[in-house]
Amino acid sequence: MARAASSSSGKPKRAPSKKPAAEPAANTREGGEKFALRSLQESFEKDRRFPADEAQLLHFYEQMLLIRRFEEKAGQLYGLGLIGGFCHLYIGQEAVAVGLQSALEEGKDSVITGYRDHGHMLAYGIDPKIIMAELTGRHAGISKGKGGSMHMFSTEHAFYGGHGIVGAQVPLGGGLALAHQYRDDGGLCLVYFGDGAANQGQVYETFNMASLWKLPIVFAVENNQYAMGTSVKRSSAETEFYRRGTAFRIPGMKADGMDVLQVHRAGEIAFDYVRGGNGPVLIELSTYRYRGHSMSDPAKYRTREEVQEVREHHDPIEGIKADLLKAGVAEEKLKDIDKQIRATVAAAADFAESSPEPEPAELYTDVLVGSY
Amino acid sequence: MAIELKMPALSPTMEEGTLAKWLVKEGDQVSAGDVLAEIETDKATMEFESIDEGTVGKILVPEGAEGVKVGTVIAVLAGEGEDASAVTPAPSPAPTAEAPAEQQKAAESEAPKSPAPSGTEKLAAKAQPAADPEVPAGTNMIKLSVREALRDAMAEEMRLDERVFVMGEEVAEYQGAYKVTQGLLEEFGPRRVIDTPITEYGFAGIGTGAAMGGLRPIVEFMTFNFAMQAIDHVVNSAAKTNYMSGGQMRIPIVFRGPNGAASRVAAQHSQNYAPWYASVPGLIVIAPYDASDAKGLLKAAIRCDDPVVFLENELVYGRTFEVAQLDDHVLPIGKARIVREGSDVTIVSYSIAVGLALEAAETLAGEGISAEVIDLRTLRPLDREAILTSLAKTNRLIIAEEGWPTCSIASEVTAICMEDGFDLLDAPVLRVCNEDVPLPYAANLEHLALIDAGRIAEAARKVCYRQG
Ligand SMILES: Cc1ncc(C[n+]2csc(CCOP(=O)(O)OP(=O)(O)O)c2C)c(N)n1
Ligand SMILES: [Mg+2]
Repeated sequence: MARAASSSSGKPKRAPSKKPAAEPAANTREGGEKFALRSLQESFEKDRRFPADEAQLLHFYEQMLLIRRFEEKAGQLYGLGLIGGFCHLYIGQEAVAVGLQSALEEGKDSVITGYRDHGHMLAYGIDPKIIMAELTGRHAGISKGKGGSMHMFSTEHAFYGGHGIVGAQVPLGGGLALAHQYRDDGGLCLVYFGDGAANQGQVYETFNMASLWKLPIVFAVENNQYAMGTSVKRSSAETEFYRRGTAFRIPGMKADGMDVLQVHRAGEIAFDYVRGGNGPVLIELSTYRYRGHSMSDPAKYRTREEVQEVREHHDPIEGIKADLLKAGVAEEKLKDIDKQIRATVAAAADFAESSPEPEPAELYTDVLVGSY
Repeated sequence: MAIELKMPALSPTMEEGTLAKWLVKEGDQVSAGDVLAEIETDKATMEFESIDEGTVGKILVPEGAEGVKVGTVIAVLAGEGEDASAVTPAPSPAPTAEAPAEQQKAAESEAPKSPAPSGTEKLAAKAQPAADPEVPAGTNMIKLSVREALRDAMAEEMRLDERVFVMGEEVAEYQGAYKVTQGLLEEFGPRRVIDTPITEYGFAGIGTGAAMGGLRPIVEFMTFNFAMQAIDHVVNSAAKTNYMSGGQMRIPIVFRGPNGAASRVAAQHSQNYAPWYASVPGLIVIAPYDASDAKGLLKAAIRCDDPVVFLENELVYGRTFEVAQLDDHVLPIGKARIVREGSDVTIVSYSIAVGLALEAAETLAGEGISAEVIDLRTLRPLDREAILTSLAKTNRLIIAEEGWPTCSIASEVTAICMEDGFDLLDAPVLRVCNEDVPLPYAANLEHLALIDAGRIAEAARKVCYRQG
């Protein structure tokens, strides 16, 4: 399947580390008092930012920009009535999916998330055309137009959705991890969920089993500060989400989710630890969504200034752009990339607008696999 | 290249809106993310952001313009290196604040905004139910939306009974995800209007426990799709405890929220749970259609000593109906209502499908078929008598239900007709339901999947042995 951004050669490559990043001994069942919630965080804090070279920086930049432009376009198509129902944009959170997924091993690991899923798919290099075509409900869409924005899947990319029920992806991710362990395929599952989802009971049931069975799973809380109109402090007794695994002896990490290099580095540490057979890790990524929860959210629960402050001072794309300029990349080059990405997105939108709707007979296909 | 800024759809149901305020003026420089205007929808005021960079050329729809259809060009943006004052939009109807909304509608109606009408558009219905005989003749009637009727029912009961409180996701500060609890926080404060985290299983259990402890909770599910997380407490804790305790433990709780298909939200967010709950002994299940029943039955549900599952419908929240202006408009639980009298065929229905049944009856009347429409209103206990009485009159019966056909309320009504009305039947009972598939997202498939007035009329003709 075609990769979206202009180059994929810059994808960060690294040799799998032989030894776990942290002392697993600190987290043994017998460890008792010695159980170190922050053991991984400590090694992360020694060196927070992934030392990306120019090609890698460019790759991150391209991927995040693709997500941003794609989402802006999706918002526009929604406004024109071409996309219906709920549509949750990822604008502002780009660094999370790009930083984490670039640290996964393609073809080995699996990913699962909730309904705010466009960015995770784009970060996986899934063709923006078929994502956009799903948003407009066309046959060429990744779910043949049957799933829509919230329900998209790509088994080819080990991307397992796209789930509309808040929190449901967490135990499902646990099951994917169980399958990795069971098949002994060396893969891990990365499961994303929101600060709001983090309060669902099934999350903790999964934490317990994942830790008990040492499942290869990384729980990534995308803390964008709000669950619809409810701020974290109005819904959560413990607002430091990285601590939420303490009762299950799951080491917690916290990274700046607006800095793709930090996210990538944190991902590497967590993935190494999990691959070492040590059981789950919980990472909290602090981030921010610029737009409303979905397209119909008037967002009266926060001030325009609050949003503006994050945009002006913490924007993940502006951040990496500054890194690129510092590294000596010409501004012109970045402009060219933007132009290319706009063209990619415009082509995706054209495709999504002009390709046909599913055939009526599709209404009855895929309900069951067999015929009885 | 000049960029046309079009009136955006800001919610799944928005067709037109008011351009409340321009935050930019002609000649202003804007970049992506800048708020250009404030637009009012039926539910809220929303900000309209620019996604492009450029200079505001012409503003075509002035501040204060009402009824601006989605897709109307409201302003033009000049791109980099363009002369903003020179950009002209492609010719298009430019409504002004004075232009009547009708005129705009006519101008825009040729340009469909989506390639196919979505399925939920056809769930709209204009036909009104006949006056409710429960309401004393001569009572002053007021127009109320279903949304307001539900809110008023809760507010009135909360004023009357200190034990009544509301809890759920976004019910307080956000004023309700669908604005049903609007204003309740302001009047009753955070002790009685409680925002919960997204923890349906937990707060359904807490609500049930609070009812055991002597309170009268109203638990709002943002939609009943999410109540599946909590169904264990509804069924195992709320419904059965009175029985298991030999009548010692009362669970006077109301679980309420929207149920059924909404617009283009696909399979996980579009289900009708009426048959699920209606199969459980120990529960009362109510699913009103119009505002009068919504109010009168919600008040009854809150007063009821049994656990009630109260199924609303998001697509009906904004519809207005006549409601009796009474100090205490309470209706009986367990009673169906004849919303249109007829003599040739009975159409049994509930919730949103009642509107469609009424539309179908209207069409059938034009063909000389007199259809009686019954709104079940309460699904458990089911008003068998009303069904059989009507069947005795018409000898033909169909059921219209926005939901799956298999093991449905329609199936249950059919069973009643077979068991107790067999000798009354002149034709087989027919079920008119959604297609038996998860609800698809694509507009054309959603359209095919859902029930509509045409299918109901067709089934009625069939049992009357008439050709359409
Ligand atoms: C079980 C369930 N309850 C409620 C909802 C409605 N809902 C959808 S998203 C959402 C907020 C979730 O917030 P969070 O987990 O922080 O994720 P974010 O949207 O911020 O990415 C809610 C309440 C749902 N989809 N599923
Ligand atoms: Mg959130």
